[in-house]
Amino acid sequence: MKVVNRDNQLDNYLWILPALAMFLVFTVYPFYKVLQLSFVEWDGITPHVKFVGFKNYINILFHNKIWWVSVLHAGFITLFALTVQNFFALMLAVLVDRGVRFGNFYRLCYFLPPMLSGIVVGIMWNLVLNADGLLNFLLNKIGIHSKIAWLAEPKTALLSVAVIHIWKGFGWAFVIFLAGLQSIPRELYEAADIDGATYKQKFYYVTLPLLVPVLVLVSILTVLGTMQIYDIIVTTTGGGPGYHTEVPFTQIITRMTGTSQFGYACAMGLIFGIILLVVSMAQLLVSTIKNKYQV
Amino acid sequence: MKSNFLREILLHIPLLITASICILPVWWVFASALKTQQTIFTDFSLFPKNPNFANFILAWKKAEFGTYFINSVVYTILVVGGILLIASFAAFAFSRLNFPLKNVFYYLFLAVLMIPVPGAIVGLYLLLNKLGLTNTRIGYVLPQINGGIPFGIYLIKTFMDKIPYELDEAAYIEGCNKFNLFWKIIFPLIKPAIGVLVIFNVLGVWNEYMLALLVLSDKHLMPLQRALVVFQGAHLVNYPLLMSGVIVTILPVVIVYIFMQRYIISGIIQGALKG
Repeated sequence: MKVVNRDNQLDNYLWILPALAMFLVFTVYPFYKVLQLSFVEWDGITPHVKFVGFKNYINILFHNKIWWVSVLHAGFITLFALTVQNFFALMLAVLVDRGVRFGNFYRLCYFLPPMLSGIVVGIMWNLVLNADGLLNFLLNKIGIHSKIAWLAEPKTALLSVAVIHIWKGFGWAFVIFLAGLQSIPRELYEAADIDGATYKQKFYYVTLPLLVPVLVLVSILTVLGTMQIYDIIVTTTGGGPGYHTEVPFTQIITRMTGTSQFGYACAMGLIFGIILLVVSMAQLLVSTIKNKYQV
Repeated sequence: MKSNFLREILLHIPLLITASICILPVWWVFASALKTQQTIFTDFSLFPKNPNFANFILAWKKAEFGTYFINSVVYTILVVGGILLIASFAAFAFSRLNFPLKNVFYYLFLAVLMIPVPGAIVGLYLLLNKLGLTNTRIGYVLPQINGGIPFGIYLIKTFMDKIPYELDEAAYIEGCNKFNLFWKIIFPLIKPAIGVLVIFNVLGVWNEYMLALLVLSDKHLMPLQRALVVFQGAHLVNYPLLMSGVIVTILPVVIVYIFMQRYIISGIIQGALKG
C-alpha cells in the first residue's frame, strides 16, 4: 500500500533543484563544450573558431608521438603501482591481520603519506633525491658513491617518480586490504586448521578467493588514480628532463595554458577518458570471468 | 615459546622498515625547515643542533603563507559546507519523497561517479572564463562543490534508506512538515554519513591543486598548494623557507590525523568501498 501524497509532487523538485542546477552548469555544460570543441581549432580567446572535423583526433592518434609516450609513462607508473605497491601492501596487511602487536601504530605510520598532497610529496622528495640530498648521503655512508640527481637524470627520472608515487599510495592500499582481510570470518580459518591446512594453503584457498572483490576495487582505483598522475610531476620534474616524465595530464594542461590549443586539448581529454574507461572495464570483466570459473 | 618470540621479532622487521620509510621523508622536511640555507645540504642530522625556528615566522609573515593558510581554511569550509547542504537536501528527496523521473535523475548523478572525464577540466575552465569567474573565490569554490555532490548524494541516500519509513509517517501524523522532518528528525540520524563526507572532502579540498592552477592567478586568492608551487618556482634556492611552507601546509592535517586516525581511516575506507 502506498502512502497518499498529501501535496503537489512538483514541490519536491525544489529539494534537488540546487544539486541539479550545479550539475547542469558545472558538469553537463563543460562536457558538452569539450565534445563540441574537440572538432574545432580555437585559441580560447578570439571569436575565430574553425571547424576541422576529426583532424584533432587523427593528429593525436597518429601523428603525436609524445602523446603516446606520455600514456606509456603513466602506464609504466601504473604497472609499478599495481605490482610493487599492491603486492607489498597486501603482504604487510596479511602480517598485521595475523594480530601482531602495535598493528595500530603501523597503520598510523603507513597512512600518513596518503594524507599529504601530491604537491607536498613532490617537494618533500626533491629534498631527498637531490644530488646533495638525503638518499645520496645515505648511499655514500654505506659505501656506494653516488652523485646522481635522481629526478634530473633521464635514466632515473621516471622510475624516481614511480617510487614517489607508490610511497604516497602504499598506505592507502594497505588500509583497504587490511579492512578486507578483517571482514573475512575467522571461522573459515578455524575450519581450515581442523582440516590440517598449511599457512600457504589457507592463504591461497581461503584468503585470496574471498579477497577478489577488494583486489579488483583496489586495482581499478589504482589504475584510475595513477594514470591521472599530475601533482607529483609538477613539483618534481615538470615533465622533464626532455619528455622523460611527461604524462597525459601534463600534455593536456600544456595545450591549454601553454600553446592555447583548446580544441586539441579537448580531444586529448576525451581520448584519455576513453582509455581510462576501457582499462577499468577490462579489469572488471577479467575479474568477473575469473570469479565465475574459480573452483 | 622461544621460537614464537623469535618469529614475532622477525615479523616486525619488515613492518618497522616500512614504517620508517613512510615517516622519514616527512620528518626530514621538518628537520630541514629548522636548518639554514648554509647547513641544509651539509648538516644531515635528524635533530639539528641549533634549530632555527625563525624560518616558520618568516614563512608565515614575509612569504605570506599566513594569507594562503587562511585562504585554504575558507575554501575548505565553503566547499564542504556547500556539499553537505546541497547533497543532503537532494538525498532526502531521493530517499523520502516522490516525484516524476526520480530514478532517472538519481542515476544521472550516479553515472558521473562511474565515468571518468579527465577532459572536463578544459570545458570547466572555458565556462568559468565565460562567466567571468576566473580569478575569483567563488569560481574556485563552486566547481568543487559540484564535484563533491554526486558522491555526497549517493552516500547520504544509501544511509537514509536504512532509517525506517514509519518514522516519517509518525512525524506527518504529528503534524510535522517535510522540512521539519528532514531537519529535526532525519538529519540528526545521518551524522555518521556526514562524518565520512567531511573527512573525505576536507582532505580533497585542502590538497587540491589543478583547479587552483587554472582558476587563480592572483596571489592573494591562492590556497596553500598553489602558493607552494609558485614559491618553489620563484625561490627554488631558498629550501628552508620552502620547507617551512610545507610544514605550515601539512601541520593541521598531521595533527588532526594523529588525534582522529581511527575515524579518518575508517572514513576513507567507507568512502572507497562505497564509491
